[in-house]
Amino acid sequence: MTTTSRADGAATLTTEERLAMYRLLVELRHFEKRAYDLFLQNLVKGTSHLSIGQEAIAAAFGVAMRADDYTFATYRGHAHTLARGVPMTPVLAELLGRDNGLMAGKGGSMHLTSVEHGMMGSYAIIGAHLPIACGAAWSAQYRDSGQVAVCFFGDGTTNIGAFHEALNFAAVWKLPVVFVCENNLYMEYTPIGDVTAVPRPAADRASSYGLEPIVVDGNDPDAVHAVAATALARARAGEGPSLVEALTYRHGGHSRADPGKYRPDEEVAAWLARDPVPMYRQRLVTDGVEEHVLDDIDDAVHAAVDLATEEAKAGGTPGEGLLMTDVWADGGSSWRN
Amino acid sequence: MTLTYREAIARGIAQEMRRDENVVFLGEDVAAAGGVFKGTVGLLEEFGPRRVRDTPISEQAILGAAMGAAMTGLRPIAEIMFSDFFAVCWDIVANEIAKTRYMTNGQISLPLVIRSGNGGGLRFGAQHSQSVENWAMAVPGIKVVVPSNPRDVVGLMSAAVRDPDPVVLLEEKGLYATKQDVPDGEIVDELGKATVLREGDDATLVALGSMVPKTVAAAEELAAVGLECTVVDVRSLVPLDTATLLREISRTGRLFTVEANPRLCGWGAELVSVVADEIFTDLDGPLVRITTPHIPLPAADALEDLALPSVERIVDTVHKSMTT
Repeated sequence: MTTTSRADGAATLTTEERLAMYRLLVELRHFEKRAYDLFLQNLVKGTSHLSIGQEAIAAAFGVAMRADDYTFATYRGHAHTLARGVPMTPVLAELLGRDNGLMAGKGGSMHLTSVEHGMMGSYAIIGAHLPIACGAAWSAQYRDSGQVAVCFFGDGTTNIGAFHEALNFAAVWKLPVVFVCENNLYMEYTPIGDVTAVPRPAADRASSYGLEPIVVDGNDPDAVHAVAATALARARAGEGPSLVEALTYRHGGHSRADPGKYRPDEEVAAWLARDPVPMYRQRLVTDGVEEHVLDDIDDAVHAAVDLATEEAKAGGTPGEGLLMTDVWADGGSSWRN
Repeated sequence: MTLTYREAIARGIAQEMRRDENVVFLGEDVAAAGGVFKGTVGLLEEFGPRRVRDTPISEQAILGAAMGAAMTGLRPIAEIMFSDFFAVCWDIVANEIAKTRYMTNGQISLPLVIRSGNGGGLRFGAQHSQSVENWAMAVPGIKVVVPSNPRDVVGLMSAAVRDPDPVVLLEEKGLYATKQDVPDGEIVDELGKATVLREGDDATLVALGSMVPKTVAAAEELAAVGLECTVVDVRSLVPLDTATLLREISRTGRLFTVEANPRLCGWGAELVSVVADEIFTDLDGPLVRITTPHIPLPAADALEDLALPSVERIVDTVHKSMTT
C-alpha cells in the first residue's frame, strides 16, 4: 500500500500553488459555515450536507486539475463545485432557491452543476456517478482530448454495486478517470468498519481491479496534491484509472438534521485537533510564508463570502415560467404533441 | 430490399454511424458476437473496436458510460440485452438520465439511445419477456419509441440517434424474424408520429409493437364479418401523436387499445384518459382495453398464449363490443 507523505507533496509545489490551496481551504470552510448559518435561519430549505473538515481533498484536486478536466461529485458537493472556480454567489443562491442560482433553483444543494467549469454534476444517489464518470472519461479517450474525469465519493459508496461495476469497467477500458474515496469513517450514521468487510474500504479493493492501493492523509493538502498530480498524469498518459482513498473526517453530522452524537468524544477531539485549515496555515508559516499574506487571504475570502451572501439573497423567487422548461431540449415539457 | 426486423437494427445503426463520427455503440456481446439476437451483425467489421464496443455484464456501467459520454460530446447507442434488465440499472435511467437536463436547468444535454429487446411470445418466462414501455413512459425526461416493422426500425433508430434527448427504443423480440421490403437509401423518421395502417369507419384499433401485426390481422377478419376498423400504429409513446390518434378515434367514435403489457397503468389507460378528456362527446361506445392480465408472463406455450392478446381475442372483443 502506498502512502504519500507531506514532504513528497511540498517538494513539487510552488508557493503560489500552496497559497492557492490555502485560499481554497478558507473559502470552502467559510462558505459552508455561512451555508450552515443560513440553514439555521431557515433560508436554506430541504437538507444540506456539509464537508467541513474535509476541505483539503477538494482544494488539492482543484489546484492539481487542468481547467478542462471533469469533476463528478456527490450530494456533499459544495466544496468540489467551488474548487473548480464556480463563483460563490450562484452556488449560495442555488442553496437559497433563488432565480440567480446556479440552476435557477431547479437543482438545489445536492445537484450543483456548472458545465462551463467542468463541474459535471453532483449526484444524490450513492454510487450513481462512478459509471457516469467512466463515460466522460471514455469520451475524453475517444476524442483524444487529454482530459481526465475525477470522481469523488464517500466511503459508504464502496459497498454498492455501481462502485464495483465502474472500477471493473474503467480498468478494462483503461479509462482516464481518477476515483477519489473521501473516507470520513462514517457511512451516514454508521461507522464504516461496522458494515464493511475490509479495513480500508477503497484501497483494500483496488488490487481486485489491478490497481495500486493508494491511501493518503486527506487532511494534508500537500500530500493529497502529490497523489492527485500522479494519478492525473497517469490517466493523461493513457495508463488508465486510479483509486485513491483519502482519510478525513467531517466535523458535523451526515446532514443538517444530524448532530453526529454517535461519535465518541475523544475521536471527534482528535480529528478537530487535525483540522486541515489551521494545520495548513501553521505549516505555511513554518515554511516561511509571512502571516500577513495569509491574513490578507482570510480577509479577502471573508469579504467575498459576505458579498456573495448579499448577492444571493438579492435574487428573486424562480418564476412560474421555469417550472416547465428543460425537460426536453426544445425547451418545452410537453410529453405529447 | 427485403430485411428482417433484426437486420434492420444493424442497418439503422450503421446509417447513423456512417453519418456522424460521434455515434458510438456499446453493449454486452454486441461486437464480435453480433448481438444475442444477431441485431448488430457487421457493425464491428465496418466501424471497428473503437466505435463498437463489448462491455462486461454491468448494466449500470453500460448506461452510466453512455450518459457520461453523451454529456461530453458523443452520441452513444447503448444496448440493454433484454428490457427486463432495465430494472438492474433503473437508477441511471430514471434518476440520472431522465432528470439531468431539468435539474441542471438545461446545462446538460443527453443525446443518447438505449435500445433493448422487449416483450413476450418466445417462451422465455417472466424475467425475459416483459413489455416495459410503461415503466419508461411514466418517468418525465425520456422518450419512448417502439417500432413494429423493419422499415420503422431504421426510420425510428435514425430519429432516436439524431434526437437531442435520451430515447428508449424498444425492439420487439417477437418480431425479430419478421420480414419486409425496405427502400434503399437513408430513411429518417420523426419521433412522435403515429401511422394509420388501415382505414375503416366503425372503430379505431390502436396498437404498439408486436401487437400491430396481430391487430391488422384482426381487422382483416373483422372486415370479413362486416366491421371496418381503422388501425393505428402508435410507434412513439413519448412524444405521443395525439393529433392523429384523436382524429381517428373521433372519426369512428370507438376506441380499442391492444397492449402486450399488464393491465394496470398500461399506456392504453393513458390514451383512454386523453380521449375521455378531449373528445368525450364524439364517442359512440365504451373505451375498451385489450391487454395481458395483471400477471407476470408464464413460460409454457399454452399459458403465454393465453396471457398475450391474440388475433382471436382481439376479433372477439371488438365484435362483442360492437354488436351487443
